[in-house]
Amino acid sequence: MSKYRLDYLDELEAEAIYILREVAGQFEKPALLFSGGKDSITLVHLALKAFRPGKFPFPLVHIDTGHNFEETITYRDDMVARIGEKLIIGHVQDTIDEGKVIEQKGKNASRNPLQTVTLLDTIAKHKFDACIGGARRDEEKARAKERIFSVRDEFGQWDPKRQRPELWDIYNGRIHKGENVRVFPISNWTELDVWNYIRRENIPLPTIYFAHQRDCITRNGQLMAASPFLNMDADDVVEKKNVRFRTVGDMTCTAAVESYAFEIDDIINEIASSKISERGARMDDKVSEAAMEDRKKGGYF
Amino acid sequence: MDILKFITAGSVDDGKSTLIGRLLYDSEAILLDQLEALHASNRKNDDGSIDLAILTDGLKAEREQGITIDVAYKYFETDKRKFIIADAPGHIQYTRNMVTGASNAALAIILIDARKGVVEQTTRHSFLVSLLQIPQVVVAVNKMDMVDYSEDVFKQIIADFKKLAAKVNLDNVTYIPVSALKGDNIVYPSSKMSWYLGDSLLQHLENVELTIDDSSAHARLPVQWVVRPQTDALHDYRGYAGRVSSGSFKVNDKVTVLPSGFSSTISKIEVYDKQPEEALAGMSVTVHLKDNIDISRGDIIVNSAGQPQLSNVIEADLCWMDTRPLDTSLTYLVQHNTKTIRCKIQEIIYKVNINTLEKDFDEEFKLNDIGRIVIKTAEPLAFDPYQVNKANGGAIIIDSRTNVTVGALMLRQSVE
Repeated sequence: MSKYRLDYLDELEAEAIYILREVAGQFEKPALLFSGGKDSITLVHLALKAFRPGKFPFPLVHIDTGHNFEETITYRDDMVARIGEKLIIGHVQDTIDEGKVIEQKGKNASRNPLQTVTLLDTIAKHKFDACIGGARRDEEKARAKERIFSVRDEFGQWDPKRQRPELWDIYNGRIHKGENVRVFPISNWTELDVWNYIRRENIPLPTIYFAHQRDCITRNGQLMAASPFLNMDADDVVEKKNVRFRTVGDMTCTAAVESYAFEIDDIINEIASSKISERGARMDDKVSEAAMEDRKKGGYF
Repeated sequence: MDILKFITAGSVDDGKSTLIGRLLYDSEAILLDQLEALHASNRKNDDGSIDLAILTDGLKAEREQGITIDVAYKYFETDKRKFIIADAPGHIQYTRNMVTGASNAALAIILIDARKGVVEQTTRHSFLVSLLQIPQVVVAVNKMDMVDYSEDVFKQIIADFKKLAAKVNLDNVTYIPVSALKGDNIVYPSSKMSWYLGDSLLQHLENVELTIDDSSAHARLPVQWVVRPQTDALHDYRGYAGRVSSGSFKVNDKVTVLPSGFSSTISKIEVYDKQPEEALAGMSVTVHLKDNIDISRGDIIVNSAGQPQLSNVIEADLCWMDTRPLDTSLTYLVQHNTKTIRCKIQEIIYKVNINTLEKDFDEEFKLNDIGRIVIKTAEPLAFDPYQVNKANGGAIIIDSRTNVTVGALMLRQSVE
């Protein structure tokens, strides 16, 4: 017996690599869902550590709402070119064109809820049996109860009452045809852990994570980036602000925070002293107390 | 800084959710928007103060019923340590959830209501903590405010618990008198119990010593994946990727691959772009061997000088986790490390009434039942007794019809 223990970042990293390798070992057609956000960027970095010098045993999959921050797409394409792995893109626009979903109307219209349908279509089209995602248990109450291997039925639905017991670090990925598993290798990481890891590993990020000047409007008490995708009316006042983003999603639902954090050290200090949770800046979570649980049951990540 | 994973065993009635809420609240791990939601909620304590228990209720059904159904994980940190709380329900119908939460915990907090003392569920929780071999135990005697912060009450509960601990083989027990509702001895030392000289609960969690088994005799590396780039530049590259589950490996160690029994020597250890001399328990590594032998997922690499048992008829403790009872005529699957093979439960030796610790010879093994069985596997498993080496002694049973995890196995010994 020894008092020596792994440093927390080493322990979290080792666990995530272990989970990624379990996916590779247990599934025939896995995929890594890549949003361009820091959590999925971290996943890609962990996959490099899990499988290099070999290739990834899965493609990256991006569900593209078409309402992206330009910086995210630039980052995505540069990264894919750098690591030389396969990227599959599922377009929400295609789902709209096929008439499977109808674009929301009104001031708070967002394509965010539509992407679940595109995700499920993409999974079905490519017959993915496991999808790796960057969700973390510290983000939200419903996520705090989700397994690391989370089985979804044919409709992508999560049934919180029928979750499999998950013991030790033995992950049961056996499924029936048509079902798939969502896998969350960084379940046990907190927002701050991700940032500290990004700093330690020198992982490049899209520029919108750092403070910059941007035209913003204030909606429901939150700062939103002014963009052609946001339905604006005469009441909306556009102001230049110094902002950054804590999460990267669709432009219509991701709020900015005012910030002068230009470097990663500034960001870590800012988060460490922040009193608002990361998902507090997501309008999609504000709808009701059970918003996330309901969306997960519907197939959302 | 390291991470401590702990589980809280108790029920809503013991103030378990309030205790966790208090721990999070007083250590300032609750963010403003979550606090707003807390204050906005309609649920309040009788005296109108906010109900901290809400912080741990995740699912709609749980909020409606006011109880914890599933294991919820909560995260917080102090300057000294990072903590992961597995918040598991305490009622007997959720025994499987507690077993699940306990499987990964390095410490267990057993909650006792000071007014009630050691009761039936205390026996049950202590038995499970012992069965799952959680190395550190804290007995938190809660609701001390309801017994006038009486030292005598506390001492009597310690005396009673010690008898129980001896019965279920629990050691490393620390006793702390607390009031989660009022905040006594949770984060801050209590001013109401000057007779108590020990640490507050949080101080104890911060300072308790955690160890890993780094002996080479217990070196185990279940192979998850074989890295074979098969490019021109790396034509002969063949790395065995996995996470060291216990013990430690060094370059030049003589190792044996099980179940095949072939031996070789470690030529290189890799962690991405680094080549450490040693791979310790918990590390995810890629190992290279001097000899080219056939190794695939499901095999386990061990130190040749300290080999596990290799057997296909094994006595084990079993916790049944499915609503359909165990069927001894049915073929199930067993997943041990990275290996999944067919098995049968050949014999039920006995069950344990976990409220009274009495043996029960009832034939049917139902949801939440725990007992001793003999399992027969299609191929030999390379295992260590769970009591000696948890990491290589736990396994799960899967129902191949539903693919659901239906049992937790703590392997004990070969019976051949």
